[in-house]
Amino acid sequence: MSVFKFSRKSLGIPYAVFLVLFVALPLLVLFYFAFTNGQGHFTFANLKGFFTNPNALGTLCYSFAVAAVTTAVCLLLAYPTAYFLASGAFRREGVLLLLFIMPMWINFSLRITALKEILTVIEGNLARYPFLNAVVGMTYDFLPFMILPIYNTISRLDNSLIEAAKDLGADDRSAFLKVTLPLSMPGVISGVSMVFLPAMTNYVVLDMLYNSTYIMGSLIGSYFSAYNWHGGSMIALVLLAIIIVFTLLTGRNEDDGTPGTGGALL
Amino acid sequence: MKNIVKKLFILLVLVFLYAPILILILYSFTNATTIGAIRGFSLHNYVTLFTTEDLRHMISGTLLLAVGSAALATVFGTLGAIGSFYSSKRAGLFISSLNQVPVINADVVTGFSLCILLVEVLSVNKDTFIPLIVGHVVLCAPFVYLSVMPKLKQMDSSIYEAALDLGATPMTALRKIVIPQISSGIISGFALAITLSLDDYFIATYTKPATFDTISTYVVNATKGSQTTIKTALWALCAVIFAVVVIIVAVSNIRAGKEAEKGGHVI
Repeated sequence: MSVFKFSRKSLGIPYAVFLVLFVALPLLVLFYFAFTNGQGHFTFANLKGFFTNPNALGTLCYSFAVAAVTTAVCLLLAYPTAYFLASGAFRREGVLLLLFIMPMWINFSLRITALKEILTVIEGNLARYPFLNAVVGMTYDFLPFMILPIYNTISRLDNSLIEAAKDLGADDRSAFLKVTLPLSMPGVISGVSMVFLPAMTNYVVLDMLYNSTYIMGSLIGSYFSAYNWHGGSMIALVLLAIIIVFTLLTGRNEDDGTPGTGGALL
Repeated sequence: MKNIVKKLFILLVLVFLYAPILILILYSFTNATTIGAIRGFSLHNYVTLFTTEDLRHMISGTLLLAVGSAALATVFGTLGAIGSFYSSKRAGLFISSLNQVPVINADVVTGFSLCILLVEVLSVNKDTFIPLIVGHVVLCAPFVYLSVMPKLKQMDSSIYEAALDLGATPMTALRKIVIPQISSGIISGFALAITLSLDDYFIATYTKPATFDTISTYVVNATKGSQTTIKTALWALCAVIFAVVVIIVAVSNIRAGKEAEKGGHVI
């Protein structure tokens, strides 16, 4: 018997160890830090601190509002775009689709720089309309992530279902409302989850546009710069809780058979 | 009539997405310091971009980090996917569930938690680049895993069995049978890993050495600073990256056109 018997299973061990060390363990440490104080004693002070701090709570609500409006705007722009693209009205559909995906490959910080320069010309002082600019910036950044999953679902729809609906007397409008729209919901949900969560946490867009730090993610950043690991951990944990709830609601774990929402990007 | 509405809508969204970039690129060829009146054509932004040592270091560092961490992530993610695919159901579920965590989690949280573990608890020095590289592998490997897994599921498992029956060792069979069949997944996983690493801001801010900058962290700091030479040189960088992306997309699109929808990937 050889000392080491090669088996295909054992190939997964390095990655499993890696995931435990650098994915599971950091979250456990985060949990530990969130519920301890500087002396390592167990405490609820950080939790209480978060929920009694008007600034933190205000930021949480504001982030929710920015993320919700951004998601809605993205959806309003992305659904018609994806639907029109997939409708077969364009001869060079593939090239057009690539045009919508390409911005994802250009470094976001440079794209936001470009947007900032243009918005400054239009508006002057960007800090004057913070909410509007937050939504415009986030929409600009995340729109492709909404278009792609919706396009993928619509373009894979079985056309015969729509034809059948029309044969059975549905007009264009009700065929869309009763067949296309419900069947494209998986794409919509996947797009929403790819926009909403980043919009809540991606503080750097606002920071670049008008030096704002009034959004959830940047709270972590401010604790980070102050070396307050415990307070920062609590914020991270609150964010994590929101992410988990949101993920359970949208059931994003389930689309396992497809190349994954992220894998489908390329 | 209806087609005009469709075309107009698509056009407007494209204008929204591209106008800022294209205007910025146009101005990168001038000596203007803000978007406004164009005074004259100039390539000085490009000269600054390629001769300022700071900028050159930052760009080459970002590329090196992207290629290096994407390569590591590809090895980890691919081996992880193969291992998990052939493991018992429970072990496979364990790996794929943990794999899903960084995908769903916000990058801020991933970066911050890694920073606490490595820097605060284990006192790893950020200057060693270990936290940064680990962070980027954590960011990228799950996506490699996710792009390899469907290829493993589509694979014809009987070929592997046939290779074993014909006398191949499991290792040879893996190398000559399994890897070639999943290679398209590995390649697209690697490409995705590179783009993720290049685009990352949050993990880098929490884990990078203080003196090192990626394109993202550099640009974010530069937009807040007041140095106009650097600011306009970054417009040139935007133009260069745009050109590179267009070329890569065009080339891979022509190649993919020849293979025609084989893998069902967008590219």
